[in-house]
Amino acid sequence: MTDATLTRVPARTAAAPRANLTPRQRRARRNRWLWGIPLWLLALAFLAPFAWMVSTSLKSNLDAFTIPMQWIPDPAQWDSYVEVLTGENSILPAFANSVIVAVARVLGEVLTATMAGYAFARLHFRGRDKIFLAYLATSIIPAQLLLVPRFIYFQQLSLYDTLLALILPGMFTVLGTFLMRQFFVAQPAAFAEAARIDGANEWQIFWRLYLPMATPVISALGILAFVWSWNDYETPLVLISSPEVYTLPLSLTGFADEQGALAPNLSMAASVVSIIPVLIVFLLLQKRFVQALTHTGIK
Amino acid sequence: MATVTAPAVTSAPPAPGNRRRLGPPDRVGWLFILPNLVGVALFTFVPLVSVVILAFTDWNLVSGLGGIEFIGVDNFTNVLADPLFWGSVGRTVVYAGVSVPLTVLLGMALALALDRDIPGRGALRAVFFMPYIVSTVAIGMTWLMLMNPSSGLVNQVLGAFGLTDLPGWFASSYWALPALIVIAIWSGMGYAAVIYLSALQDAPTDLYEAAEMDGAGPWRRFRTITWPSLLPTTVFLLVTLFIGTSQGFGLVALLTAGGPGDATTVLSFYMYQTGFQFYRFGYAAAIGMVTFVGVLALTLAMWRAQRGKALND
Repeated sequence: MTDATLTRVPARTAAAPRANLTPRQRRARRNRWLWGIPLWLLALAFLAPFAWMVSTSLKSNLDAFTIPMQWIPDPAQWDSYVEVLTGENSILPAFANSVIVAVARVLGEVLTATMAGYAFARLHFRGRDKIFLAYLATSIIPAQLLLVPRFIYFQQLSLYDTLLALILPGMFTVLGTFLMRQFFVAQPAAFAEAARIDGANEWQIFWRLYLPMATPVISALGILAFVWSWNDYETPLVLISSPEVYTLPLSLTGFADEQGALAPNLSMAASVVSIIPVLIVFLLLQKRFVQALTHTGIK
Repeated sequence: MATVTAPAVTSAPPAPGNRRRLGPPDRVGWLFILPNLVGVALFTFVPLVSVVILAFTDWNLVSGLGGIEFIGVDNFTNVLADPLFWGSVGRTVVYAGVSVPLTVLLGMALALALDRDIPGRGALRAVFFMPYIVSTVAIGMTWLMLMNPSSGLVNQVLGAFGLTDLPGWFASSYWALPALIVIAIWSGMGYAAVIYLSALQDAPTDLYEAAEMDGAGPWRRFRTITWPSLLPTTVFLLVTLFIGTSQGFGLVALLTAGGPGDATTVLSFYMYQTGFQFYRFGYAAAIGMVTFVGVLALTLAMWRAQRGKALND
């Protein structure tokens, strides 16, 4: 956190000249800091584990165990990063696997969920509501319950221990379909009716009229799908066994043992590398991400 | 984290009496849902049906598909008589029962504080939300080292305050579950706060002003206006976090593998162990189904309670 973020005045308070502040405004200004300071202290405590992660990743193995711990590594060194990226247990192959899985899942989910959500909301066809009810019913099923049968399937289909086992189920989701349907249901039907009278076909109506309106929701769904895919640990834990098929979460665990002792500097460097993509997505698209989360249930 | 939510469904307007105005033929709608439907059918519907069937069988991986044996309800009777099962139910109740309400309450307090006009609000929000978007593994490994009994930062800090006889955290069967609860709260609090913040956007501001005019103090304003208007959000968070917490085994698998002993063997981990370490698929399916029914019953009870309490529903 830089000082800039600390001193930036939020849009809400127009910085009024000091002279003509009413007592009430003056009180409000004092209150801002009265609440602000404890909250910032709490935020620092919240960030401590992340600060520790970065700090440890820049130390030598020996320095990582120094007691009391030094927050500022001296000397700071990048060796751990070099090691986890280029060394014998490089996480780069796993990083590549994670990228492949995330891209495939996001594209698949966004495409199929958008089309299906649109149809459930804006098209009439026999059996629509029954199918939707079935979707609804599965949404309350714990994902964990599906792991056992999926494991058996992928075993039988010889897809066990392949990236496809991670990609395929994630491409077709009930949750994404809900999210898109909720959006399309709220859109006016008049557009489509007018376009039909003008002789547009259904694909054009979807593609040219409704899809452009949905871009914010689609990108929100894409962000959510990406983060879920990127951080998914349980699915690969069950469906992947060979190191060359590992995704990032699996490859990270190789740097620590259960006592949390094995090479803290390496495991923290690997963790930092693994967090960066999600952090970038989050910081760039924070608003949209939060909107998407709030849309997954309430309203 | 939970990805299972039950969105409130607003049904699309039904077609008027003559069933069909000007509109596309049924075929079109089917074509639109087909890609998603085929995938969901293959990877969700069919597995669901088979998990139900599996629960009535005795099967392990070694015997191959031919080795499936139907044993009726034996799995279920065994689950209900299984002390390990009930032990993990108890630990799940403690784990979720402590971490979820605390996460929600602290998240609400945080949201109310962040809702005020304070310097650097956006940055603060991002800070508190960060643990939620970082992967379980990165978070888990960091805390594993922070809570290392001898070299970890947590005990160093506690020691600096003059505390002696420090907790052994993940190495101690007494402290391992509390340690997991601390991590769960730390990673979920910001998420709860963010959801609350968006609910506070719709808070009835005119009511606040009226209440202030009438001389209602801050506590009274909170109790009579804020709390009721946040109730749906509270229930939503309780339900989703509860479902998520009672199902996620990632953190447990990573940090303690259910140990020391079985101190942290919560239900979800017990099922994972049964299925993927001992390959008793039928039994694991039965554990999963019993768990699901239990969680569902509790969830419905929560919704009921909310419906009873809601002001104008």
